[in-house]
Amino acid sequence: MLGEQIIKGMAVTARNFFESYVSKDRLTTVQYPEERLPQKGNTRQFPFLVYDGDDAEKGLRCVACQICEKECPPKCIYIVKSKDKKPDYKGQMQVYPVRFDIDLSVCMSCSICVEVCPFESIKMNTEFELSTADRFGGLLFGKDKLAKSNSYYQKVHPKDAAESDAVIAAEKAKAEAKAKAAAEAKAKAAAAAVSPAPPVTPAQPL
Amino acid sequence: MNTLATPPKNFEVKPKLDAKGEELGELLEVSMGPHHPSTHGVFRMDVVLDGEKVVKLKPVFGYLHRNHEKIGENISYLANMPYTDRLDYFCSMTNNWAYALTIEKLAGLAVPERAEYIRVIMAELTRLQNHTCLIGFFVQDMGALGTPMMYAFREREKILDLFEEVSGARMMCNYMRFGGVRVDVNDEWIAKTKKVVADYSKFLDEFGTFLTENEIVLARTQFVGVLPKDLAINASITGPMLRAAGVNYDLRKVDKYGIYSRFDFQVPVGEHGDIYDRYMIRVLEMRESIKILEQALRDIPAGPVMDPKAKLRGFRPKAGEVYGRVEGPKGELGFYVISDGSPNAYRYRVRPPSFINLTILEDMCLGHNISDAVVILGSVDIVLGEVDR
Repeated sequence: MLGEQIIKGMAVTARNFFESYVSKDRLTTVQYPEERLPQKGNTRQFPFLVYDGDDAEKGLRCVACQICEKECPPKCIYIVKSKDKKPDYKGQMQVYPVRFDIDLSVCMSCSICVEVCPFESIKMNTEFELSTADRFGGLLFGKDKLAKSNSYYQKVHPKDAAESDAVIAAEKAKAEAKAKAAAEAKAKAAAAAVSPAPPVTPAQPL
Repeated sequence: MNTLATPPKNFEVKPKLDAKGEELGELLEVSMGPHHPSTHGVFRMDVVLDGEKVVKLKPVFGYLHRNHEKIGENISYLANMPYTDRLDYFCSMTNNWAYALTIEKLAGLAVPERAEYIRVIMAELTRLQNHTCLIGFFVQDMGALGTPMMYAFREREKILDLFEEVSGARMMCNYMRFGGVRVDVNDEWIAKTKKVVADYSKFLDEFGTFLTENEIVLARTQFVGVLPKDLAINASITGPMLRAAGVNYDLRKVDKYGIYSRFDFQVPVGEHGDIYDRYMIRVLEMRESIKILEQALRDIPAGPVMDPKAKLRGFRPKAGEVYGRVEGPKGELGFYVISDGSPNAYRYRVRPPSFINLTILEDMCLGHNISDAVVILGSVDIVLGEVDR
């Protein structure tokens, strides 16, 4: 019969319509600002800089190596290196970024910067409600806006944060062991220098 | 093999004459697009109409050109990976795979077993969601405004949720790396995927009752926009378009890239090359994708997901040239890369399936109504991000 299949199709529509009142599978939309979906595992939006401890200036992990600036596909990162140095988490003296700007209106959230960073210092945030009426400076985030504490990172990506903490702890332990070994060697050398050296006498007169 | 079935057409349109040799009415030239909703993006068709019949059609593209290949030559190999997501923004996973496959060939990297399985799972999920969306779109082109497309999008969202959970983004996944994949999947994710795949065949059944035998769909699609087999071969059409024309050619079977030789699946082949065949091929392909997914999700082994030789920083493959290709949802997606040993490619070229599939649009549309031209364009399955690059 002509039109039979059309009626069957209408039945599908009707089933979808009525089941949307009872079945969650049929109605998947949520009323966004009031109702929010839970965050999905590895969700990434825009990068931020991690700092240890409480002081954003002192604890910043970034050492201004500029690898992320070089690798960034749309070139949205701008870094100015410092002239002086400050100690990093391993106690080594390192340069730090005087300026670290990310233009979020250019950033394409690809997370290449996170992958290439050797210092676990740049990570992806999950914050997405960033819209602003300012067309020019509103999304140009400087160091002050980008720096977020390690505890914040642990909150947004617990699994990744634990991994990066483990990496840092291992590096720290390695650095400490190295420093200890160096100190011991130094002490030994110093001790050796202090003790009088045995007089060197040729076995046979020349 | 024959030469072109139809002789090449010149774009001169002669006025229609009656028996005495006098002109009958005027031809109407319509510029459809670039902002017409039926053209799937910024694409323009210069159509010349006689009444409602198409007598000449010229596809015009380039409105979304963004210098993809030149950008790819000026940034490092790794940094180009997120840009490949933006070629065909429906299938970022297969784009990633094609690019990763090419560079792996160039640099001689091996891919661990688990990563190969993950890649197959991602590619087949991509195929599922792309074909579902496409059917929604082109039914919408026929005038079924909204409803089928919304059902398609509802199901697609479930797959995109899976992508977001593992890669961090719904569409711009940026997931594959040279020598593996970026993030490992966990057991919870695999269980979720199994559920989505199991539910998907139910959805396809429902979608089938909705559309496959619907009288309006049959009337609008059968014997419309026929693409002859020899023309399809000569115009290097690939993907579902080619298979609908009756050519059994699927790179998953021909090249056996990745680990596709291990899976038991069939390649559906059409008969008439009309729009209905193209629709059916896609439905059947989704069924085969579900079969592949079930096998892959069952057999996925444990292990690492990255080749230990692969490195992210300072990646410099040796000099040489290479062409890598995969069977994307839209057809053969290929990347041609010449390396001179520096951190960026010397030459980088994309072979986009939807661009090449679009070249025979006029041959399919001539003699049909203008409303059919819209449906024919919809059945080609184009994404302008890939056509214009």
